[in-house]
Amino acid sequence: MPPANASTMTAPHPETTVQASTKPKPIAQEKKLSGDLIFRWVTTIFAMSILAILALMLTEMALQSIPAIKQFGLKFVTASEWDAVNGNFGALPYLYGSVVSSVLALALATPLSIGAALFITEICPRGWGSMIAPLVELLAAIPSVIYGLWGVLVMAPWLQSTVEPFLIDHFGALPFFQGAPYGVSMLAAVFILMIMVVPIITSITKEVLMAVPQSQKEAAIALGATRWEMIRIAILPYGRSGILGAAILGLGRAVGETMAVTMVIGNAPQISLSLLSPAYTMPSVIANEFAEASSKLHSAALMEIGLILLLVTLIINAMARLLIWSVSRGSSGGRI
Amino acid sequence: MNPVLFRKFKNHLMTFLMVAATAAVLVPLGMIFFHIVKMGISSVNLGFFTEIPKPPGEAGGGMANGLAGSFVMILMASLIGIPIGIFGAIYLTEYGGSKMSTTVRFAADVLSGTPSIITGLVAYSLLVVPMKGFSALAGSVALALIIVPIVLRTTEEQLKMVPGSLREASLALGVPFWRTSLKVTLRSAMSGVTTGVLLAIARVAGETAPLLFTALGNQFWNKDVTKPMAALPLQIFNFAISPYDDWHRLAWAGALVLVTIMFTLSLTARYFGRGRQRV
Repeated sequence: MPPANASTMTAPHPETTVQASTKPKPIAQEKKLSGDLIFRWVTTIFAMSILAILALMLTEMALQSIPAIKQFGLKFVTASEWDAVNGNFGALPYLYGSVVSSVLALALATPLSIGAALFITEICPRGWGSMIAPLVELLAAIPSVIYGLWGVLVMAPWLQSTVEPFLIDHFGALPFFQGAPYGVSMLAAVFILMIMVVPIITSITKEVLMAVPQSQKEAAIALGATRWEMIRIAILPYGRSGILGAAILGLGRAVGETMAVTMVIGNAPQISLSLLSPAYTMPSVIANEFAEASSKLHSAALMEIGLILLLVTLIINAMARLLIWSVSRGSSGGRI
Repeated sequence: MNPVLFRKFKNHLMTFLMVAATAAVLVPLGMIFFHIVKMGISSVNLGFFTEIPKPPGEAGGGMANGLAGSFVMILMASLIGIPIGIFGAIYLTEYGGSKMSTTVRFAADVLSGTPSIITGLVAYSLLVVPMKGFSALAGSVALALIIVPIVLRTTEEQLKMVPGSLREASLALGVPFWRTSLKVTLRSAMSGVTTGVLLAIARVAGETAPLLFTALGNQFWNKDVTKPMAALPLQIFNFAISPYDDWHRLAWAGALVLVTIMFTLSLTARYFGRGRQRV
């Protein structure tokens, strides 16, 4: 009875049937092999698809922005006129807005984050740290549209009624604080970005600081250092490149941040030194105009802004990863 | 000043500054929570979960279509993204070690750092342009692009922690390699993998930018995934920038619901993650 024989071949105890006939062995092996082969191919294809996605992203965006690249060339990033009706597109105001808002936000957020991370790891009682740290991480998960909602309905009116008049009254002579208080402004974007990147930088910096070997700190204390001197001598130099990596990762997040910034920056494509005037960023203009792009050239121009944004964030992230990677490698070596 | 006193003074000053920095970090975040709860709680009622938005000027209305739309799109995005992430991670741990796996890992890291609006642009040119219209399907693909790298990296971390002896034991019993990978390796890392999946879902649940020109949003009910569909974060965005107080109230309520969903997901993920560490 060949069919019955075949069913015993695949039974879970091959050694009992192997004795009975010599044929089942190669068949069973072949079957095993093919299952593994299929599995190997399937996982390889899925892994490859990630590379394919990335390649597709880059080529698709480059292809779509060809009309704008052909039409404007390098002038695209140096011209500041954005006129969808006449088909004239220069992206400088968006580049300027993105750079200024994220760099200023980072300049404010980094010291705060380092201070908070030091507080969590070195100063506060252990119980507090294990309460604050997960809280900060949870805050990093709040969607940006909610930061934007709070920014546009709570923070911007407060800036307009309180902070901006104060700045105009006391620092109005400076070019940075001139003009009328609108509320929605570059200043609002800087503040909301700062609030958003602080949890990210804090939690990575905390990880970096925790990797500093205990012996290093104890040595500084034993030499008579105060706690601050211990931090300055033993902790900060050790974690320097990791902290830098955390800050750059925060920068990447700030540059690509879309919803919250779009809601509070005022969306006016102008280059103004004053932080009180409305501005515009690269992701914001894509978010606002892409769905209703009036012409092929218009959507190509927006695609090109997206391509620039993608390349900038690629470079920023690669740098940050390399820095954090080098530190966490060094620290694990130190711990062993 | 006495140098020792000066050092002590500096120590206290810096300690104070660190406390102040922590306060400056926590205060705005505390205020955001306070406002979401305070403004949202009054508008979260049964109607919020059963009705669609009303035109401005009419009180009441809800975001039922947005909730349903978000659910559908997250489900589809998960179906696309999670298998790619998990199988990709299996490749990296079980067959990895080559140049190829380093490249895949790097690509995933790069992908996870890409601004989410870019995934929207990509889904637009891949699906919206050929299909000649905005659709929930395109929105799901955009979200899936965000899910893949998160699931891949967390799954890989978990699979790496499974001891090699477990695999060897299974192989020694004559279990084929592919069954060992799925039934032994993946299964014993399951709680950690679940954590990664839940975190990825929590992340895309709040994403707005990728949906702006893929799913587009919809004021009404829509069950057709090839047509524009409403989503909770999109509705929050549109209502927040509108000039109407009634819509602002709905936006706050939506924010409260969204934050509650996300925190529930994060806490569940943490719960699974903790179980993994004890093993």
